[in-house]
Parts: sequence; C-alpha cells; structure tokens
Amino acid sequence: MALNKEFLGKVYPAGPAYAVGREKIREFATAIGDWNPAYHDVAAAQALGHRDVIAPPTFAFTLSFRASAAAVLDPGLGLDYSKVVHGEQRFAYDRPITSGDDLVCVTTIENIREAAGNDILTTRGDISTVDGEHVVTTWTTTVARGTAGESA
Amino acid sequence: MSASVAYADVEVGSELPPLTVNLQRINLVMYAGASGDFNVIHWNQRVAQAVGLPDVIAHGMLTMASAGRVVTDWLGDPGAVVEYGVRFTRPVVVPDDDKGATLEITAAVGEKREDNLVRIDITATFNDATVLGKAQALVRLA
Repeated sequence: MALNKEFLGKVYPAGPAYAVGREKIREFATAIGDWNPAYHDVAAAQALGHRDVIAPPTFAFTLSFRASAAAVLDPGLGLDYSKVVHGEQRFAYDRPITSGDDLVCVTTIENIREAAGNDILTTRGDISTVDGEHVVTTWTTTVARGTAGESA
Repeated sequence: MSASVAYADVEVGSELPPLTVNLQRINLVMYAGASGDFNVIHWNQRVAQAVGLPDVIAHGMLTMASAGRVVTDWLGDPGAVVEYGVRFTRPVVVPDDDKGATLEITAAVGEKREDNLVRIDITATFNDATVLGKAQALVRLA
C-alpha cells in the first residue's frame, strides 16, 4: 500500500527524557569495538574540553530510533514494517551527546516518496536537552521493498 | 572541541590511516544489546534465511559506526565530527564461524571548506564490494 502523503510534515512530540549515563556510553562504545578514551575515560574527555565522557557519533540513532516508532508504526501512515530496510542515515551535530544529558527527541515526517515500486520514508529526529539546547539532528530513510504498487 | 589534526596540514586527496574491522556473531549480539535493536535478522540464521537473506547480516548502524572510526581515530576528538551520513547499499553477511566478516575501511579528504571544515569521503568494502554509498563526514579541524 502506498504511504499516505497527508502525513508529510506530521510532528510526533517527544516522550519522556532519556538520561544519558557513563556506563551506557561505555557499553555502546565497547559494542562497536571503539576504545577512544573520550568514550571511556572521564579525565581524557575533559582534557578534550568535554564535561564528561561523550557518546560515539552514531549513538544518537538509539534515541531517534526509539522516538520514531510512533511515526513509522502510525497505522494511518501505512508503512509495512515487515518489509522495511534501513536505506540512509545522517546526523548533524551541534555538540556530542555527553554523559549527564537529559535528552528528548521530536520526530517529524520529512519526506514520503515512491521509487522502483518501493515506499520510501524519511523521518527527522530533533534531539535536544530538556532545557531546550539543540544537540543533534538525525535523518533516517527507511525503504519498504515492493510495497508502493500494492492496493490496500 | 580539539581535533588533533590541523586544517593547514591536510589537502584534498590526503588519505587517513586505513582500518580493518572484523565482525563476528558476538559483535552483533553485543550491538543488539547496547543499541536496543533486536531485529531477529541480526542474530537468527533461520529467520534471516526465511526472509531471503543468505545468512545473518550485521546491523547497518554497526557498519556505519565501524566505518566512522576511521575518522574519529584520526581526529582524536570525536566531538569534532559536525555531520556524518551514509547510504546502506549492500548487506554485510556474518556467518557463524570463527572468521566472521571483515570490513576494509579507507578514507580521504574530499573537500576543504571555510571555518576549518573538511569533508572526509569514506569507503567501506566487504568481499571486494562497497557496502556504503556516499559515506561522508564533515569535521572541524584545529
């Protein structure tokens, strides 16, 4: 089923704040095999000018992915999640996510299109602190393979 | 932010130190737990093959994270990354053996901009084919 283009621009408000902790950052960095001291060692991160250990650049996806569930699973949008693959991912940072941050993510449906029989959805996640400081914006493009030509 | 690389010291075409990343099943399990992405195709061969994949595949975001290390290792300070984006063009198949999948990551300076910004173009290769398209990071050098 083609995606409902009336959902273009729809905004999904942030859920509860995500508390970024040192051990979560260390766990994530370890899982990607990255021993950069800025992720693991508070003194090393502070020597680089950061308040505490910082998260690897792609950590922001774990927040935006969770927040985007309301959009991609919105029944009215019509995305067949069983056929979805991750097509593109992009991040733009004002600063790195840092241990101690309390973050919220607002999700916006930024683009809906069809190509080669696929439904293609781009969502934007605006991640900021609970005090309103913008930290990072994420763009996630998901592709539902072969669903654009199907009738409802 | 304090990148250890100086803007004046790089030119378009300057190559970053390459990186080899080996991904085995344990790495996919660790990434699933750390990221919260428990999609079954990343840890269950039966389900992966049922949906038409040759075997379990790595999370695209794990490939993206691995490829990004070629930039952050070079920068010293990962906080100097201003933008990072990729297209996922081919799956990274991770068999259940003691070899796993090996990614070869290379990168070079693609463009120098104002304000000490430099675009890095990244290439990630698995089994002699690229697995990421238009993989680019924008970084601010010292």
